[in-house]
Amino acid sequence: MTQYLLAVHSGAADYDRSLDEMQPVFEAVDRFNQKLVADGIWVFGGGLERIEAATTVDGTNGQTLVTDGPYLETKEYLGGFWVIEAPDLDAAHKIALEASEACGNKVEVRPFQAE
Amino acid sequence: MTQSSDLRAEIDRIYREEYGRVVASLARRFGDLDIAEDAAAEALLTALERWPTDGIPPNPGGWLTTTAGNRAIDRLRRESLRDTKHQAAMMITHDTPHEPTGPVEDDRLRLVFTCCHPALAPEARVALTLRLLGGLTVEEIARAFLVAETTMAQRITRAKAKIKAAHIPYRVPERDDVTDRLGAVLAVIYLVFNEGYLSSAGDDPVRTELTAEAIRLGRILRQLLPEEGEVAGLLALMLLSEARRTARFAGGELVTLDEQDRSGWDRSLIAEGHALVRECLARVASGSAAPGAYQIMAAINAVHTDTHDHRDTDWSQIVALYDQLYAVSPTPIIALNRAVAVAELDGPDVALAIVDSLDLGGYHAWHAARADLLRRLGRSAEARAEYDAAIAATQNAAETAYLSRRRAHLVDPSI
Repeated sequence: MTQYLLAVHSGAADYDRSLDEMQPVFEAVDRFNQKLVADGIWVFGGGLERIEAATTVDGTNGQTLVTDGPYLETKEYLGGFWVIEAPDLDAAHKIALEASEACGNKVEVRPFQAE
Repeated sequence: MTQSSDLRAEIDRIYREEYGRVVASLARRFGDLDIAEDAAAEALLTALERWPTDGIPPNPGGWLTTTAGNRAIDRLRRESLRDTKHQAAMMITHDTPHEPTGPVEDDRLRLVFTCCHPALAPEARVALTLRLLGGLTVEEIARAFLVAETTMAQRITRAKAKIKAAHIPYRVPERDDVTDRLGAVLAVIYLVFNEGYLSSAGDDPVRTELTAEAIRLGRILRQLLPEEGEVAGLLALMLLSEARRTARFAGGELVTLDEQDRSGWDRSLIAEGHALVRECLARVASGSAAPGAYQIMAAINAVHTDTHDHRDTDWSQIVALYDQLYAVSPTPIIALNRAVAVAELDGPDVALAIVDSLDLGGYHAWHAARADLLRRLGRSAEARAEYDAAIAATQNAAETAYLSRRRAHLVDPSI
């Protein structure tokens, strides 16, 4: 079994949508999450707060630097993610497709490094 | 001397013929492409050492697979002392005969789906398929696609690394796989064929090593998936195109279908292609899935190759097939090809109106078709400019020669 990251591509427009508009999405994602748990595929997952909530912390080269905002200023950014267990990439793609349908965004599939 | 070089050529031929089978079998058994490839290369060295004295074994493919398998196990034994994972893998798979479940799946079929996986970049799919399944060397593939050998080697290495890291499986995808995996395989084979059929660059107008390889891969796939209409369709399409190859060029110049010497067409390839098209038609008639793009393109080529004289071509049938093709695959290039057929049926003015509506500026075939229609409509000055645009847009020397001759035959309106 390999662990895969399913990263949801998101942007400001997604966060600007009303709660009414988002309710069916939340419900679809919730159903998908429950299925992942029931099938023993779920490792971890969750939605992230909007990008303005991000802070970048730099402790490299002996410095301590805390700055407001994300590391990279981009229009699209990580909106949430799942970590799943799958036997191979084909199985991961199948789950990612369901994830994309549930959350209504593109999903990037990336394998974790082998232990 | 001649005998030994003959033997060397024979061993090379066998090795290339069997390479895909050997690598595919080892890839399944050991779950690692590098191990499979290295072991296949070692098996070749052993063959070159032994076959000149022992003679070529009765089942050379089986011999190569067994020898390569033994080499791989030797290597894993050496390495497994420090890598328990490999040891475990070897113990699970060692000498376990492959038990087919349902239809017998050739290891090469698994491998071709791995090589053409949608998670790999299209150019990497082509390179991997030619390397692992076709047994072409990296140098041969690099030369065929006119890139540096180091570039091609890197492309293949990266693709293999992704297969390993992302766990792209060696498995025939399930029937209901949503991503049209068979379509991706067929696209790779057709791309190899087309690159050979009208080279986009380089000195040779046709590269027969690529068309021949694509047909060989098409035949393998057909053997593995005899019930798939699109597989038969693609093979038929390639055979019917290949049949006209020698007639397509004369004196370094492209010869269009209407001007080809049809006695130069390869009748046996045409017969084989027609038989496949008839088989597809029968399958569709018996209620199987509607034909896909390859079967329809094959049918168009079957109509073209059905007559001994261009003037006898059944253009209404060709246009009807193009309508069907456009419904399946509504691309501007298919609309352009359809328009060329419409010109024969309804006249160049009707066709020109269609061609002008297509957003294909800069595409050599669009300019060439437009130039030809303008010429037939007697609009020489516009035709001349259009031939110039077509010549500027192609890099194929034979096509340039053809277009230049056509342009030279235009009447100069200033005289």
